[in-house]
Amino acid sequence: MAASFEQEIQELVLDSTLESVDQADAASVNFANKVGFSEDDQNSISMAVRECMVNAVAHGNKYNARKKVHLKLEATPGTLIVTIGDEGDGFNENEVPDPLAQENLLKQSGRGLLLMRAFMDECDHAPRVPQGTLVRMVKRLSEF
Amino acid sequence: MSVTMTTRQVGDVTVIDAAGRITLGEGSSAFRDTIKDLVTKGDKKVLLNLSEVSYIDSSGIGELVSGFTTLSNAGGRLKLLGLTKRVQDLLQITKLYTVFEVFDDEAAGLASFS
Repeated sequence: MAASFEQEIQELVLDSTLESVDQADAASVNFANKVGFSEDDQNSISMAVRECMVNAVAHGNKYNARKKVHLKLEATPGTLIVTIGDEGDGFNENEVPDPLAQENLLKQSGRGLLLMRAFMDECDHAPRVPQGTLVRMVKRLSEF
Repeated sequence: MSVTMTTRQVGDVTVIDAAGRITLGEGSSAFRDTIKDLVTKGDKKVLLNLSEVSYIDSSGIGELVSGFTTLSNAGGRLKLLGLTKRVQDLLQITKLYTVFEVFDDEAAGLASFS
């Protein structure tokens, strides 16, 4: 079935829990499916959204029940844009060890950002106003 | 669905048949507990069958690495069997192909411990 390229937006405000990771994953995959992404692309989007949500819930909001995670899904022609914002203290990417450096290969954590970048076409982050981190990820339909 | 871990003994090698998803939370702790139990019992040659694992996230990858380190520190070895395309991709992206020995065939995986 041909993809529909009407502008579509879905926004969710989620609790800082692991259940929210599943909710965001399901919403993103449904959204991606609706706008015509292949199953492979949906799996990639799922992986990136889960990693980003875990970062937001665990590292950003530190499971704080008073803090929320803000998920926004936007479809524009040929493109899905996922924006995930937390209400944490922000982070400095320069302080994140390179997970591909030989000395870090056996570290237990620190691969989330690497996977988000690997599975999406674009992934960048910025401080969120008034507080936290805002991650914006883009996936393009392969025929575009 | 989370993950189920079933262990079986083939000679002196313990094969863990994993099925489901190894992700942050229940899935990754199930794997961690299984490895701890094996090390406590003195089982140090472990072949992890991932052919029925549909999904691993970065926490799950972290647990695989942790299991590898735990067994290596105990004088043993963790090797992987039957990776799906998705898990193969993850090991490539994370460069963990350079760390783990990976087998498509169980007999070859078992023989590699001799």
